[in-house]
Amino acid sequence: MPVASSSVASRPIASLLVKAAPAIIAVGLMLLAWELYATYSGIKPTTLPAPSRVFEQAMLNREALVDNAIPTIRATLIGFAFSLSAAFALSMLVDFFRPLRRALFPVFIVSQTLPLVAIAPLVVLWFGFGLVPKIMLVALVTFFPMLVALVQGYEATEAEIGQMLRAMGAGRWRVFMLARLPSALPYFFAGLRISITYAVVGAIFAEYAGAAKGLGIYMLNAKNNFRPDLVLAAVGVSAALTLILFGLTVLLQRLAMPWERAAGQQPAGTGPWR
Amino acid sequence: MRRLELRHVRKAFGGLDVLADISLSVGAGEFVSILGPSGAGKSTLFQLLTGAQHGEGEMFFDGTPLDDHGRHFAFMPQRDALMPWRRILDNTTLGLEVQGIRRKAARARVAPLFAEFGLAGFERHFPAQLSGGMRQRAALLRTVVQERDMLLLDEPFGALDALTRTAMQRWLEQMWRHHRWTALLITHDVREAVFLSDRIYVLSARPACIVREIKVPLPRPRSLGRADALQTSTIEAEILDILLNPEPNPHSSKGHDHD
Ligand SMILES: Nc1ncnc2c1ncn2[C@@H]1O[C@H](COP(=O)(O)OP(=O)(O)OP(=O)(O)O)[C@@H](O)[C@H]1O
Ligand SMILES: [Mg+2]
Repeated sequence: MPVASSSVASRPIASLLVKAAPAIIAVGLMLLAWELYATYSGIKPTTLPAPSRVFEQAMLNREALVDNAIPTIRATLIGFAFSLSAAFALSMLVDFFRPLRRALFPVFIVSQTLPLVAIAPLVVLWFGFGLVPKIMLVALVTFFPMLVALVQGYEATEAEIGQMLRAMGAGRWRVFMLARLPSALPYFFAGLRISITYAVVGAIFAEYAGAAKGLGIYMLNAKNNFRPDLVLAAVGVSAALTLILFGLTVLLQRLAMPWERAAGQQPAGTGPWR
Repeated sequence: MRRLELRHVRKAFGGLDVLADISLSVGAGEFVSILGPSGAGKSTLFQLLTGAQHGEGEMFFDGTPLDDHGRHFAFMPQRDALMPWRRILDNTTLGLEVQGIRRKAARARVAPLFAEFGLAGFERHFPAQLSGGMRQRAALLRTVVQERDMLLLDEPFGALDALTRTAMQRWLEQMWRHHRWTALLITHDVREAVFLSDRIYVLSARPACIVREIKVPLPRPRSLGRADALQTSTIEAEILDILLNPEPNPHSSKGHDHD
């Protein structure tokens, strides 16, 4: 591999820090302002706790937080896996049988307009306090962006690549696997990144509506006990989860699309051939 | 011996007449060009040949009608159509893979040609890492290794700068002398057509018909020919004259005065 990428790869942490510096500074400043306000304005900690207090309480209650984060993570990942498979299967179905698209898309769009606040309690009512309603809600909120992205990505296939493949003797399935699917990858990852930010929120919403354990129910209980510090601690955990998942999708994209990074490097070739 | 033969081929998209009346033939081992103004319908003709579109009229290959199943052509689209996600080596084996040849065998067949195509050392690169000229040669390599009866080349050098284009034309002429492919080339570059072809069909503007068939009796190899400069420029001037002062198009309902 060329020199440029190996020199970055040898100091991954340093380069990551440089890239993340503006974000870290911005978040740090916001926390500082909040800390100063909470300390000096005389506001009660039961109304607005300072970040230092949130952090302190998070540390004291870390066992309960971890204990409640695990079901949330489980619901998020299983729900997301379901919605990912469904999005792939349906996108292919719609790509191979065009009329289905007109039949199904209005249904999908309507599914996105359902207000979660109203739907979550109903789903819990129908399917109980277990894992199933959480999985369903996570799938519901994450499925559509990925489906749209995939369908749009297939359409973005260069027409001439399709014509060339058919001239080579490729059938529809071959054209799909060789051209349409890889063409859709950048779109798919864009959709995946949007979806993944909804996933944790979806799970928490479902738990809020009723659960034995989970970050959502933990937040609800903390609020009812007038412990905004613990609510915020749980919010911090869910934000961290979302960030980690987001980071994983970025990593996955890099692994799945090595040509994207290659494109950034200088075109090769010199002399009369250029 | 005639390999490809078209008789009175027509094509309209909706109400838009694109090809009005195309009759042409390409003999075995012959290099034929189709020269015409932009938008005349040249790429459309290739769409008919590759089965991407259907038109009226008759098309024969070796005397039998062309259908969707006969795989006679190796087709190079107007843009190089390299797949950005495949390395150059895997792009060039694409046609063989589609034919069902195992990846390893396909690579073994393509690899020795990399030097001849000026791509040695770039097998593992992605298309985005190559210059325009190299991409075109990779696309050409992908086309010729399919070993079909005939090459269909749609403006292979249209997107290149003048210097690279000239170098590529010389290279292609040399390659052709070596391999003697049966080839049909689309271009709107008069010099390119004269330099490379045995015969040239000049197309009118849309709706296209063939306004002239021109033989190019210049000796090969052409890359070195200074002696034929006069004859070359005479033919070029004749073609330019046809293109720039078109006779009224009998197929156009409106008719047009100039282009
Ligand atoms: N699939 C299609 N549907 C409708 N119209 C089309 C289609 N393909 C081509 N056309 C029309 O046919 C005409 C000829 O197009 P074509 O691409 O064959 O031109 P061309 O001679 O190859 O031009 P150029 O030299 O610029 O490549 C254009 O007016 C174009 O809009
Ligand atoms: Mg064209």
